[in-house]
Amino acid sequence: MDIDEQPDTQNGQKKKGKVKKQKKRETCLEKNDGKEQDSVTEPARNPTENSFPPTFSLSEIKNKQRRHCMFMKLKQEKRKQKLELRKKRRKERQALGDKAPPKEVPKTIENQRIYDETTVDPEDEEVAFDEGTDEFSAYFNRLTNPKVLITTSDRPRGRTVRFCEQLATIIPDAHVYYRRGLALKRIIPQCIARGFTYLMVINEDRKVPNGMVLCHLPDGPTAHFKVSSVRLRKEMKRRGKEPTEHHPEVILNNFTTRLGHTVGRLFAALFPHDPQFVGRQVATFHNQRDFIFFRFHRYIFKNEKRVGIQELGPRFTLKLRSLQKGTFDSKFGEYEWVHNRHEMDASRRKFHL
Amino acid sequence: MAAKSQICSVWVGSETGILKGVSLTKKQAFNFCEMSCLSRDQEVCAMAWADPHESEVLVGCVNGTVKTFSTEKGIFTENRQCGDVTQGRFTGLAVTDSSLITCVESGLLKVWKEGSTETVEINAGAAVCRMRQNPAHRHRVATGGKENPLKVWDLERPDTPIFTAKNVRNDWLDLRVPVWVRDMAFIPDSDKIVTCTGHHQIRVYDPSTPQRRPVLEVQFGEYPLTALSLPASQGSVVVGNTHGQLAVLDLRKGLVRGCLKGLAGGVRGLQCHPSLPLVASCGLDRFLRIHSLEDRSLQHKVYLKSRLNCVLLSSRGLEQSDGDVNGEVEEVKVEEADEGDEVWDTMETVTEKRRKRNAGEEEEDGKVTEKHAKKKKAAKNL
Repeated sequence: MDIDEQPDTQNGQKKKGKVKKQKKRETCLEKNDGKEQDSVTEPARNPTENSFPPTFSLSEIKNKQRRHCMFMKLKQEKRKQKLELRKKRRKERQALGDKAPPKEVPKTIENQRIYDETTVDPEDEEVAFDEGTDEFSAYFNRLTNPKVLITTSDRPRGRTVRFCEQLATIIPDAHVYYRRGLALKRIIPQCIARGFTYLMVINEDRKVPNGMVLCHLPDGPTAHFKVSSVRLRKEMKRRGKEPTEHHPEVILNNFTTRLGHTVGRLFAALFPHDPQFVGRQVATFHNQRDFIFFRFHRYIFKNEKRVGIQELGPRFTLKLRSLQKGTFDSKFGEYEWVHNRHEMDASRRKFHL
Repeated sequence: MAAKSQICSVWVGSETGILKGVSLTKKQAFNFCEMSCLSRDQEVCAMAWADPHESEVLVGCVNGTVKTFSTEKGIFTENRQCGDVTQGRFTGLAVTDSSLITCVESGLLKVWKEGSTETVEINAGAAVCRMRQNPAHRHRVATGGKENPLKVWDLERPDTPIFTAKNVRNDWLDLRVPVWVRDMAFIPDSDKIVTCTGHHQIRVYDPSTPQRRPVLEVQFGEYPLTALSLPASQGSVVVGNTHGQLAVLDLRKGLVRGCLKGLAGGVRGLQCHPSLPLVASCGLDRFLRIHSLEDRSLQHKVYLKSRLNCVLLSSRGLEQSDGDVNGEVEEVKVEEADEGDEVWDTMETVTEKRRKRNAGEEEEDGKVTEKHAKKKKAAKNL
């Protein structure tokens, strides 16, 4: 029993009066017969003998084994206390019943987010005008229908090829082409001539898709994303049957800032205007902490209250690296936003989308 | 409107066609435009002061009109058609005594004399990216663009340029170096001209010597440089590129003195204050930022909702406006200081105030406290 108590007594000793210290020491001495205890009590005794500075921490113990041992015990102790506290609180809540105070909201870096002054106010005339006349306005005014060309970096392997094929089943009117070593700047005019509205390039590294260039045609913008955690259909558990050809619905979550709006519109314009509700399929772009999570589901209304969903896959995560004005031109293009790790990620509570 | 426009010290032209005035003392931004008649063809491409007193701003739009905005009245007073859409955007506006100089992308440089319909036309070559006026000799302008070397024109003798730059020598593979002048500026108190290019070079030309090639060439970064401005203190230049990198370069040795941080998107407009060590930048990230050139810290950051194309600073102090007491301004500055120690900031205000109040009698006392404060600061820094 003494073992568990040790770290606590240590801390207590320093603050409390001498009388107590002596008492504790006595108890220690009384019990001091086991081998294990010897190792443990020694550091506890040390403060009285060598008079440690008031800020004694476990990291000052020089013997690695002993330090490790002490640290594990400290952790155990902390955990125990925490569990007890939680138990106590739960009991209190149960005792109070309905009168219990509302639960505290946990602190997360999202609800502690630093206010972003570019957050779009839906009633703002200027932003509305800016969005109403931007490059996507043709799509949102229902003048164009999306047509997407999907290609890869040169010589795609394994997963990237399958990833492209599966993306093509999600996005209606998508065409997968083999890159054939062509330069993007030369593909773009041909795409425009053939009426494509998007060029999507999946980049791969060591057979794993790791980047995506999404270029809106005919006159931009171009977004460059990092792609991670790609899970193809085959690798998913409890997935549904293959998706149908119906136009899916699109959900865009949490794109609040001006940059977020542009990115949201970029994704929205990938899909045709009128979703076919018969298909009961939804594509979701969920933004959380600047990561965009893509999921593809089929839903069913079981009754008036309950809905069942079934994931169809694939799933992947995107992170915006840069947004460039105009079609793809990484050398001479003008960038609207470039992610700069050293400057922008200085605060963990600042988000850009 | 008039009250609003008089307190503004920074003018910004946006891609949505709105002229924006920003007052840094009041920390407010105003739109000087009717929100009902917005259109993209009023996009502001160039801005200039119409008179030396800075009471009127000339605004060049994409559709070829030059609007005159009165900062005293706060309204657009004049609308003049100086070109059409087919000739391209305005690349520069300037005013000499009683005449207006316009230049468009197709290379047509025109001088509009006041009161007469006749214009002097100069063809400056295709794909002009920028036209700038020499502030010392107001009848001299410089042009340059893509595959269009730097040329200096004397508007009194418009037939031939008085200086044409020569391309640099071929590179080590004996290939021609492409020309792409994006912006230029006349260095005051000398004949020299500094340019920045789309191939990330900064070049200094000296027309007073027979050499037509640059006398200094510096490279900065790896992205096209879009804007350039000369600060009040000589011997340096501020450049910005398409990735939002802003740097102060030394013109004597061609070294980077330091970078100005905080930008997220490409720079479109850049101007240094004519007397204070301040630089204003605006661009595609929709922010107007004002940096101090002394410690390169960010002084102000204003979100203006549209992509911004050009910026114009008034030559009076940015922080001061007529009605304000000096002390008040001081306080705002303190609030504004970005990454300072809060405790220290409050201390500074206190000493400032005391010194002001006791200005007459206890001037020395104030100085003493200040000295103390300085000592403390030094100690803290240690």
